[in-house]
This record gives sequence, structure tokens and C-alpha cells, in this order.
Amino acid sequence: MPHRAFFAFIFPSLLAMVLFITLPIFSVLVQSFYVEHDAILTTVESCGPFGCDSETKVDTEAMAKLRADAPLGKFAGFSNYLNRNHLAVAEVGAIFSDNNGIGDIGARLMNLPFYRALAFTLAYCFFVTPLAMALGFAVALAVNTIPKLLRGPTIFVSLLPMIITPLVGSLILSWMFNPAGILGAGLQHLTGDPTLSLRASPALTWAVLLLYGVWTNGPFSFVVFYAGLQSVPQDTLESAKMDGATRWQSVRFVIIPHLMPLATFVALVQLMDNFRVFEPIVGFSAEANATSLSWLVYNDLVSQDSAQFGSAGATSVITIIGVLILLAPVLLRTWRDFNRKVV
Amino acid sequence: MANTRPLALRGLTTGFLAIWLIAALFPFAWTVWGSFKVEADFFSRESWWFAIEGTRTQAQTGGSFTLAGYEGAWIKNEFWKPVINTLIVTICVTCISLFVGTLGGYALARSGQRYAFWILIAALVFRAMPHITLVSGYLLPFFQLNIWGVLPTTIVVLVAINQPFTLWMLHSFFLSIPKDLDESALVDGCTRFQAFRMVIMPVMWPGVVTTGLFSFLLAYNDFAVTSMLLSQDNQTMIPKIASFLGSIQNEGNVMYAVAAVVSATVPLFVLVLFFQRQIVSGLTAGAVKG
Repeated sequence: MPHRAFFAFIFPSLLAMVLFITLPIFSVLVQSFYVEHDAILTTVESCGPFGCDSETKVDTEAMAKLRADAPLGKFAGFSNYLNRNHLAVAEVGAIFSDNNGIGDIGARLMNLPFYRALAFTLAYCFFVTPLAMALGFAVALAVNTIPKLLRGPTIFVSLLPMIITPLVGSLILSWMFNPAGILGAGLQHLTGDPTLSLRASPALTWAVLLLYGVWTNGPFSFVVFYAGLQSVPQDTLESAKMDGATRWQSVRFVIIPHLMPLATFVALVQLMDNFRVFEPIVGFSAEANATSLSWLVYNDLVSQDSAQFGSAGATSVITIIGVLILLAPVLLRTWRDFNRKVV
Repeated sequence: MANTRPLALRGLTTGFLAIWLIAALFPFAWTVWGSFKVEADFFSRESWWFAIEGTRTQAQTGGSFTLAGYEGAWIKNEFWKPVINTLIVTICVTCISLFVGTLGGYALARSGQRYAFWILIAALVFRAMPHITLVSGYLLPFFQLNIWGVLPTTIVVLVAINQPFTLWMLHSFFLSIPKDLDESALVDGCTRFQAFRMVIMPVMWPGVVTTGLFSFLLAYNDFAVTSMLLSQDNQTMIPKIASFLGSIQNEGNVMYAVAAVVSATVPLFVLVLFFQRQIVSGLTAGAVKG
């Protein structure tokens, strides 16, 4: 395809991506170096019948003008990145120089908002992804053994947890895990602890969020693996059987190697999706016990008094760097493959 | 093969599958059923049997089922407004995404150049960007330009955010159409665009329908963008449900939210019911090519 035709075709798409994906990344980067303006204070003297009072107030008029002149706020360098709400360099230094062992370090790091969010985000990524893939694989193997007639309805039901809106899905589960909901009440009954609830127990919150993740991510792996199973070479399976392979061995040495390329793809997609985990935290109202990087940004943007663009920007930039680190192996590999192809 | 399996293994797989199906379906069934009950039944502290029989519902309303939740959501809280907004947003996003995406995907599939490859890789990185990080970059410029809060802005943003995914998917569908087809059209005197529109697009429909489904889902399911970029009056369903929750919980009308959630789930069910095959093929298309 000639260059001109290529660019004519791709222009609208490219324009959209440059305007609304590339530029915002720069905008976020710029924002992250600014903080809200300091409040401009004025002293107002008000005299009443009982003498004069001088009162210090925020000068709203001057503030409005300042905001209009410099909407980004005040330049602050890297202070957004280093303060307590983000990398918390000073606090982390203090924790490492003076602590009572690993447990203490962990507990104190978990008090810093950024590290708390990072811990949950990574835990969500690296627990949910393999567990959901294992679940999907097991379901795919099982569905592959049932009569053809039943497969359609089974796939229909299996797709539901994936297709559901994340916020809606997490709301549905959170109502069931409510102490007055069916699962929440059931859990209290099982453990014999009448105070057990998501709100009261961080461990339970994490467990339920991870469970939700596996529930909603499993179907994707299932569909991909199920499609992969349809193309497993039947003669290899037959000959493995003739050679005396057990069922488990033919799964282990024929089916799994055949699905390996698919598994890499699924793992990549799910890691990307799980890294931005956000809606479940809103849906489960889990912010007291578990937060994620995306949730931190959201929380800055909806904060009560005024949106904290600087702080949101800094978290966003760190998150984007996280995404790049996560993708680095894939990008490197694709690049190498591509070079090989060209040569 | 199925009949050669030992009984124990068959029992195990059937049991496992049954558990999975219950886990996948039960939450929905339970919530749909419960949405026709009163709060004291759905969130019954005493026994979950109340939710099934509707003991309190009978006591409060006289029947085992009540539409009070739906009435509260749709009429009292005007849930139909966000529904209309959602309809506008999803339809526009799907159409524009497909229009822009087919052009781009076609170009990427037919160009063997190095830059086409780099655009695909960039799209992959963009696809991984958490949406909320981009949103935090939109807000200030949008405030300045005074385009915050309206539907068109949100539609354009959603189209752009979905573009990487749409490009990848359509690109892989276009790759499966033989190159000879457009080359012979070119030889016959078509321009590139004519070849694309009159020769390639007619055989691309299955791919377009599948990609359209996913664009629809991405727009429908979005919370990060719609909740931050739309003003209170223009909200779509999902952010409405979220804001609903905060305001309603205090008034003891959780059932309104339950009814709204069920209402938002129904279209998705219908979609899977009719387009199951396309959804499955779409999920695997990316995988096979990737």
C-alpha cells in the first residue's frame, strides 16, 4: 500500500489516538509538577457595637483571579511525587532506618496510601490472573467432555460473569456478601462470628475482591482455551494414548503445550486489565481496606473541596510507568521477533 | 471419548461444571428474584428463606412480588433519563468506532511497512493504559475549553479510548481476507477507497458485527470516563447507579438501586443470548492472531 493511501486511511484513527491518548499523557505529566495555589489570606476588620475584630479570611476574589491566570496551580517540581501520599521518600527512609523487623516494615508501609494501593493492585494482578486462567482451563476441559447439545447453554451461562459491567457485577456480589445478604449471613453462620463483615475485616475484603476477580476473569480464559481445545491434533492424542499415556499425561504433555501460545496471550491481556482494577473497589465500597492505583487517581479527582490534579497526575504517571514495566517483556520480544522477520 | 471415561472422572467433571455454572448464574438469578421483594426480605437478617418466599413482601404489600423497587428507580428517580443517554452514547460510540476503525484496520492490515507495525505496538501500549489516568489528563483542558459535561465530548473520548482495541481486532479480521481480492479490484480500475468500500467491506460484515459488539460493550460498561466527564444531568446508567447508591442508602431505598442494577443487566443478557457465537469468535480472533 502506498504511503499516502495508508495515511489517508489511518488518519482519523491516528488523530483520535493522538488527541485523546497521547496528549492527555503529556497533560498528566505537566499537571504532576504543579500543586494547588496557596490560599491568599486577607485580614478584614469588622467593627460592631462591641468593638473591632480583625479576622483572617481567604480572599476568594483574588483566588479566582489567580486560578483563572494559572489554572495548573503553582509549580512544585517533584514534590508531588515525593510527598507522603505518593512515594513518601522521607517516611520510607524513616521506616527502613528504624524498625522492628520485616513485619513492622510491612505494617508501616501499608499505612502509606500509595504503598497500600500498590500492594493491592499487584496482589490482584498476580493472584487473579493465574487463578482465573486455571479456572478457565478447568472449565474448558470439562465443557469439552459434555454432549454437544449442552455446550451452547453452558457457554452462555459461563459468559455472563465476564460480559457484566464491572461496577454492576461487583455491586451484585457485594449485596450478597452484605452481613444481611445470603453469602454474608452464611459466612457469619459458618464461622460462628456474628460480627464478621467486609467492613470489619480487611482479610475478608481482600479475599472477596480476589474472588470477584477470578469470577469475572475466568470466562475469558475459558473461551480462549475452549477454542484452542477444538484444534488439538487428534492423532497426537491418539498416539499418546497408544503409547500408554494416562489422561493426566496427555493433558500435561499434549494439550498444555498446544495451548501455551494462547496462554501467553491470555496472561498478557488479563495482566493489563487487572492492573487497572478500579470498579470493584467502588462497587464493594472497599476503600477502607483495599485501594488500587486507579482508585487513588479517582479519589483525588472527586475529592470534596477541589480536585487535586497535581496529586492525581503524579499517581497517574507512576501508574503509566508501572504499565510500561509490566509490558516491557512483551514489547522487547515483539521487537526482536519483528527484527528477525525483517532480516 | 466421553463414554470411555471412568465413572469417577465423569462424576468429578460434572460436579465441577455444575459448581461453576451455579457460581456464574446464581448471583444474577438471586438479584433478579430479590429485586421484586422488599428490602427486609432481600437483606433479611433472620433467614435467607424470607427472600425466597417473600414473607415481609407479603406483609408489606399484600403480594409475594412487588414492583416498588422498579417504580422507585424508573419513575421516582427518573432512571429513564440515563437510559436514554446510555442509548445515545453507546450507539454513537459503536458507529463512529467502526467507521474510523475499519479504515485504520484495513490500512494496517494491508501495509507491510515498519511504521504500520509501530502503530500497532503503540496501540497495544495505549490499550493497557488505565482509563482513569487518561481522564485525569482530560479534566483541566476540558474545563478550560468549556466542553466538559456534555455527551459529544464523552462520545469522542470513548471512541478514542476504544480505538486501540478496535484497530487490533479489525486488523486481525482484515488479515483473514485474501489480499488478491483487493489487488484484482485495483487491477480492474478501482481506486483504493472503492476497493475497500465495494469489494472488501461486503465480505467483512462478520468481523464488523463482532467488533461492533465489543465497542458497544466497552462503551456500555465504562465507569471511569462517564462518571468523570458527564455532568449530573447528562449521566449515563452506570455512573447514575453509582451516584444513586450514595444518596439512596441513607434513605433506606436500596431496592431502587437493586432494580436499577437489574435493569442495566437485562440488555447484556439479551446481547449474549443473540450474539454468543460472535462474542466467542471475537475473543478467540485476537488470541489466534496474537
